[in-house]
Amino acid sequence: MKGEILIKNVTLVDSQGTHGQADVLVGEGRIISLAGGEAAQVVEAAGLYLSPGFLDPHAHLREPGQEVKEDLCSGLTAAARGGYTDVVSMPNTTPPIDRPEAVAALKSRARAIGQARLHPAAALTQGQEGQLLTEARLIKEAGAVLLTDDGRTNEDAGVLALGLRYAASVGLPVAVHAEDAGLRRGGVMHEGEVSFRLGLPGNPAYAESARIARDLEVVRYLTEELGVRAEGHSLLHFQHLSTRRGLELIRQAKREGLPVSAEVTPHHLTLTDRYLERLEPLYKVAPPLRTEADRRALLEGLLEGSLDCVGTDHAPHTADEKELDLLRAPFGIPSLEVAWPLLYTELVEKEGFPLPTLLERFTDGPRRLLGLPPIRLEEGAEASLVLWAPRLKRPVEPRTFASKARYSPWAGWQLQGWPVMTLVKGRVVFADLLDYRP
Amino acid sequence: MSFPKHLLDFQGWSRAQIESLLETARLMQEVLARPVKKVPALTGFTVATVFFEPSTRTRISFELAARRMSADVVSFAGATSSTAKGETYRDTLRTLDQMGIDAYILRTDAAGVPHQAHRWLKKPVINAGDGWRAHPTQALLDAFTLLERLGSLEGKKIAIVGDILHSRVARSNAELLPRLGAQVVACGPATLLPAHLPGASLTTRLQEALEEADAVMVLRLQKERMDRGLLPSIPEYIAGYQLTEARLAWAKPEAPLLHPGPMNRDVELEGTLADSTRSLVERQVANGQAVRMAVLYHVLVGKQ
Ligand SMILES: [Zn+2]
Repeated sequence: MKGEILIKNVTLVDSQGTHGQADVLVGEGRIISLAGGEAAQVVEAAGLYLSPGFLDPHAHLREPGQEVKEDLCSGLTAAARGGYTDVVSMPNTTPPIDRPEAVAALKSRARAIGQARLHPAAALTQGQEGQLLTEARLIKEAGAVLLTDDGRTNEDAGVLALGLRYAASVGLPVAVHAEDAGLRRGGVMHEGEVSFRLGLPGNPAYAESARIARDLEVVRYLTEELGVRAEGHSLLHFQHLSTRRGLELIRQAKREGLPVSAEVTPHHLTLTDRYLERLEPLYKVAPPLRTEADRRALLEGLLEGSLDCVGTDHAPHTADEKELDLLRAPFGIPSLEVAWPLLYTELVEKEGFPLPTLLERFTDGPRRLLGLPPIRLEEGAEASLVLWAPRLKRPVEPRTFASKARYSPWAGWQLQGWPVMTLVKGRVVFADLLDYRP
Repeated sequence: MSFPKHLLDFQGWSRAQIESLLETARLMQEVLARPVKKVPALTGFTVATVFFEPSTRTRISFELAARRMSADVVSFAGATSSTAKGETYRDTLRTLDQMGIDAYILRTDAAGVPHQAHRWLKKPVINAGDGWRAHPTQALLDAFTLLERLGSLEGKKIAIVGDILHSRVARSNAELLPRLGAQVVACGPATLLPAHLPGASLTTRLQEALEEADAVMVLRLQKERMDRGLLPSIPEYIAGYQLTEARLAWAKPEAPLLHPGPMNRDVELEGTLADSTRSLVERQVANGQAVRMAVLYHVLVGKQ
């Protein structure tokens, strides 16, 4: 059978490990063969790795309403360049995505753009106001994969309990930004030695763990008293874990069999509150960068699987906004284009983190959260793939980002493992083989 | 001896540099005692005071300091209006920078803006107070005033009383005074005390802070702390922390009293204390000018 693309002499690597070299023939959206064949386009890929495409469970693409920061086109293009074939977009846009029509509109626009695939998340409550539930069933039919009020914290435990019960009944997972707004107060960075010294309002680690503890009790109530079951997906997903203490609570809850999952961001795995000593709003993010002890704990949690996946929390802003002062600058770091090379370099190359485990957290882990089966590198599998260069070393250069947010806390960091080609169902959505010399 | 081309805080300033700067301030004090209070040291330099947070006292002190050394001075009162309209600090400063300014004196309600400005402009920047973080010229004038009275700070216990958590004055003093040999104790209500403050030991017990103190620095209490629920009431604060004649008796007999101003009389301290011979408040204001002249001189001219 004749294929469309032949990726020659490529090393196959996925969450199960490294599977040696193959000549991957792709056609009609699938992997036709791992033993070569005829194709119109041939990519000589000796020295490159081929993996299932990444899924980001947490990105802010800002459309509608804040297109000056990012839009679907720039965001999904950035995702494709980062090796992502699938992206879950957060609903805290202007206005928030809380109606089925809005979900359908995003889906159809993303299809027309044809870069990484979009899986919208929708608000758990109308207007993300934490009061009245959204139309979960209709929203799911329109194409949403997740409900969350991310950007806001679900203050009312009663509303969260209702939302979880209803979402589970229609087959949607719920994700929460777990942070106690009262304990956080006006915190702009981690509360600790550094914040006290810099005189910046602090956000204590316990703002996160106090809320996680409460939410876990809500889940326990629902599952143990009311018999709520999530079929094939997570019941409650904790977004962007930042603290050792929060992780300990999740680890314990999972051990007890509660149906919860959690994610961690590239920045919480590579940066700490010490970077704020540079007095630079670039490092201002919510939840904040924590201590080295927290960072090491998160790394441990990612390794053992208490943290199921890496979510970028890609949160672009305009450069002008990020040049305000530390009190006024908005929270957020853009990272779709660097997440993989960053964690490959900092975790796998420098810390000896197992590559298959990291891949699991970029592929199977986030798919599991949404109830999607894993993609395996075998004949007949969907050809949503990323080709990446483990030895290609290049500095992070924000001015070359496809994202509209052309700044980065990792600017100048020398990273390797850069994606050089991304395929969505066999279609090349990103290719940059120029930099790569076999 | 060469000096950093900025004063953002005391990072990068050695004890010798600080002592030399205070020595220059003593010379400036002599200039200020003359009938004609003017020297040509900064002729040809243009200095801008850019205050995004209003503070008439500090601005006037800096502007007079610059003028007394023959610098040209422009002042920009940004308040927060232009930034509220969406203009960033960077835009404002870059616009000013097109006008040939040699040094910036910057005051903001947010920590770090002077550092950001220094990175953007690559020109000397003097921090005239950034948020709760630092107010280095205030700490220098406090140290100068204390030295004048106590002779040396070696082994001296300095108590700072009040809202430590939100105080740039406390932070800068805790950074500076120990470098000159002093021991700093910071004291305030539990909700206005950070868990750590490098350079200082912390206590909520006023008597513990004041006992055997060689000097006492009282900070201004902002009414806003009540609104934000950090303190129950002013009478509650007074009951625990107001500096009174009786409480000052816990300190050493001659221990002087400092206050960065402006004062809330009969709130953080008894009004009569402010006017007593123990009070160095007016001295602090006078010394402020000499210290700021010295800072401008070192940051702009740099060598002795
Ligand atoms: Zn969030």
